[in-house]
Amino acid sequence: MKERPHNPLPGLGLTLGFTVCYLSVVVLLPVAALVLKSLDLSWGEFCDLAFNKRALAAYRLTFGASLAAALANALFGTLLAWVLVRYRFPGRRFIDALVDFPFALPTAVAGLTLGNLFSENGWLGQFLVPWGIQGAFTPLGVVIALTFVGLPFSVRTLQPVLQAFDRGVEEAAATLGAGRLRTFLTIIAPTLLPTILTGFALAFARAIGEYGSIVFISGNLPFETEIAPYLIVMRLEQYDYAGAMALAIVLMAVSFLLLITINWLERWSGHFERA
Amino acid sequence: MTGPPQHDDRRAASTRGTQEHPVIRWLLIGAAMLFAAVFLLLPLANVFWQAFSAGLASYWGTLADPDTRAAIRLTLLVAVITVPLNTAFGIAAAWALARFDFRGRTLILTFIDLPFSVSPVVTGLLLVLLFGAQGLVGPWLQAHDVRIIFAVPGMVLATLFVTFPFVARELIPDMQAQGSEQEQAALTLGASPWQTFWHVTLPSVKWGLLYGVILCNARAMGEFGAVSVVSGHIVGLTETLPLRVEKLYQELNPSAPFAVASLLALLALLTLLLKTFLEWKNRRGLERALTPAEPAQSVGLGSTGLLTAGERPSP
Repeated sequence: MKERPHNPLPGLGLTLGFTVCYLSVVVLLPVAALVLKSLDLSWGEFCDLAFNKRALAAYRLTFGASLAAALANALFGTLLAWVLVRYRFPGRRFIDALVDFPFALPTAVAGLTLGNLFSENGWLGQFLVPWGIQGAFTPLGVVIALTFVGLPFSVRTLQPVLQAFDRGVEEAAATLGAGRLRTFLTIIAPTLLPTILTGFALAFARAIGEYGSIVFISGNLPFETEIAPYLIVMRLEQYDYAGAMALAIVLMAVSFLLLITINWLERWSGHFERA
Repeated sequence: MTGPPQHDDRRAASTRGTQEHPVIRWLLIGAAMLFAAVFLLLPLANVFWQAFSAGLASYWGTLADPDTRAAIRLTLLVAVITVPLNTAFGIAAAWALARFDFRGRTLILTFIDLPFSVSPVVTGLLLVLLFGAQGLVGPWLQAHDVRIIFAVPGMVLATLFVTFPFVARELIPDMQAQGSEQEQAALTLGASPWQTFWHVTLPSVKWGLLYGVILCNARAMGEFGAVSVVSGHIVGLTETLPLRVEKLYQELNPSAPFAVASLLALLALLTLLLKTFLEWKNRRGLERALTPAEPAQSVGLGSTGLLTAGERPSP
């Protein structure tokens, strides 16, 4: 942070006052409601509600599918970022602009169209389903939707770092006799790794809370294709506020841990960028 | 045969070292484009294909339906309320956090990022726990006959929460990158604080601001999870466009949900178009304003990645 010993600019009181008030009303008050309400739960009750069999199955799918989707994005997102930054080919700028499409598209529409694409009569499903690849109403469908949703995070995190990458280092390695594969494995990949991990963590964090796209592509069957956010909605519809709250606390705790990890990863990759 | 062989060797070595073999290059491009086709192009094309699969008449019939039109109106209403509020907040927060250093600044930055890491469904739950019949202030609200949950105010609050960080997250790094020298000069020359803000600060960050507003608007109109929990799904009254899509989908209508979805896909395309244009404008503006010695730095936790990634100018 820059040093600002004497700041002649006006308006700190007004803008900071408004910021803090608005923040408190819109964000902090609802969060405080959860904290206060959760005090009514005893530890035993909380564990029963948050870690019963149905909840555990929902976590397994949520975290498992999020992990698979984040991995797919780490792999293909890195490939896409690499191709978009390093190569010139027709349609490059169009695809580059389209990378943000999953971010701009409402999640309900994403789930709707992906579910249709991979269904038996869909454009992709008609080829995949005969091979036994069921993309709609299965755990695989959840992974597909989460991959779609997380795609911009991994590509857009990596792109600026790849653009700023000092190609002189690659030339030096080549001059010293390293082949292209060796240069990639020993020079490029290790430098990009912290950024790829940051993108992975961002995509993973985004996937855990995802609801809109999953509802349409997953069958939402308890123990099979039910994700944790969907179970929260189910509990709410049964007016089981304690049950919904317990699940929400677990999800928020995981998100918070991820936020700390991402913060740490960004500092690590920032360190690499500067070095 | 021609020229010294040594020279040829050196040239071959230098391209082998810094570029992939053409075959490998085209294989990589092919694989990346296949991935982009399956996850970006086909989902987009499929929305419009399915929307018109039952013919134009059916398409217009769905859009002209009074329930769909009510959903369009409510979606616009929610955006018209939430986007200006969060924009005003974003500008105030950016002024306080990018121009001043004080105790608790990092804490406020963390809190601004909070809505990004909360599941939309949990956002809805938070509001139910606060304003619902069994919520903290629910009984008081019922006694005074105020409905928030399962009504429009709840949907507005949910959208406010979900879109809360967008403008602020966009403006803070931009304003930090611009620095405050010009504002200080304007004040020294006798401009009033408001004049300084309108004529110096705002013009220099206008593209970044618009960019944040557009992202905020896209999310406000497209939000599903948080709004779904607090809406109560009353057809014609508390249904936004994304909720209308779900309703039509549940009615097992093959093309109608896609017809409504096509409106939202158009919104997404428009957002992308404006975003691409603004990014280009903003980069040019930043390049002009920045000295090479002072690159823009992203602030806070950067949990959005996407939002800050486009804004980090490469050194």
